[in-house]
Amino acid sequence: MELFSLAIRSIFIENMVFAYFLGMCSFLAVSKKVSTAIGLGAAVIFVLTVTTPANWLLNEYVLKEGALTWAGDTFATIDLSFLRFIMFIAIIAAIVQLVEMIVEKFAPALYGALGIFLPLIAVNCAILGGSLFMAQRDYTLAEATVYGFGSGTGFFLAIIALAAIREKLKYSNVPNGLKGLGITMLLTGLMGIAFMSFMGIDL
Amino acid sequence: MSTETTVTEVKKPAEALLSKRRKKLISDPLVDSNPVTIQVLGICSALAVTTQMQPTLIMAISVIFVIVMSNFVISLMRNTIPSRVRIIVQLAVVATLVTLVSELLRAFAYDMYKELSVFVGLIITNCIVMGRLEAFALGNKPYDSILDGFGSALGYSWIILAVAFFRELLGSGSFFGIPIYDSISGIFGDNFSLATNGLMVSPVGAFIILGLIIWVQRTKTGYVEH
Repeated sequence: MELFSLAIRSIFIENMVFAYFLGMCSFLAVSKKVSTAIGLGAAVIFVLTVTTPANWLLNEYVLKEGALTWAGDTFATIDLSFLRFIMFIAIIAAIVQLVEMIVEKFAPALYGALGIFLPLIAVNCAILGGSLFMAQRDYTLAEATVYGFGSGTGFFLAIIALAAIREKLKYSNVPNGLKGLGITMLLTGLMGIAFMSFMGIDL
Repeated sequence: MSTETTVTEVKKPAEALLSKRRKKLISDPLVDSNPVTIQVLGICSALAVTTQMQPTLIMAISVIFVIVMSNFVISLMRNTIPSRVRIIVQLAVVATLVTLVSELLRAFAYDMYKELSVFVGLIITNCIVMGRLEAFALGNKPYDSILDGFGSALGYSWIILAVAFFRELLGSGSFFGIPIYDSISGIFGDNFSLATNGLMVSPVGAFIILGLIIWVQRTKTGYVEH
């Protein structure tokens, strides 16, 4: 039940895009068509679900204060948490590279659909943000996995909703200065108001 | 003595420290090719910290430091980085610099460190940093790269400071923590008071303010996206 409410919270209430502005770069750049938005969204769900628990393991057994106790008493007092940024981003880049190679080898059809988005994802703020929030909030392994999946799903929903609106927007007459990014920011703001309605839910 | 061959020195006149071309490197990203409003980069962290002026200023300074230094370092190494692994090298350099900033903040400005929380770390994935490294530092000399990085970072900074100015003024009624609304109400007496707009403090306010800034800025520069 705890996990379920965490999932709901990370999908709707603490939505990556609308509550924390994470992943905005790709959110704005790849939301022109629904089909590509689905591809990117699916890739983000997948990578977040894999990298968040992977980074949890790294944080728990290597980086945290006293995490190296398993390696012997001499290491018990070492605190490597200042290496968090560089280690997390290295793990993310490595996993993305690995996933890209595995998918290319065993599922060429899926690679055709996701392939171009995977390199983009290594530098997506949502992925690193997921890991950093996970470390800051002291989740357990199960919570970290659910949190990764939930945040990814939140991003997926947000980018598809925006892409659907932008497809319709092509037929409207937008003032010149607002075309493209400007109207998209205003739209995201309005969508954010809609998502704010979830805030009252107490889980 | 006369037999000595005269060496004709073909010495290029050294480019002035701040020649016209170099000034353009700094001034272009401020308005005409602003990284946030025109190139749509670095919006991730641009919005999250802008509820108040003070954390925004700290964020802007951190970003300026990281972009300038990473541009400089990558530009020094540009001829030795194999292009296949350049993304990893860039990430390593940027992550090291960000770790430095984060540790400095933790040591000397702990309150700010708490308030900015994960967003200092997210400078690593700020698209402006990677964008400048890819587009400029990999192909240009160190000094030019520093100027280019400085220009882009300034372009980013003034946008987030502008967003923060409106969000703090309208949302909390203050400027750098100085209560503006209260003192205005104080002048006019008890019957007059200004209400703050809660929407501005929430994420929604950031999107709308930035959308409007982009509208004004693009109308002025005449840039139209198709």
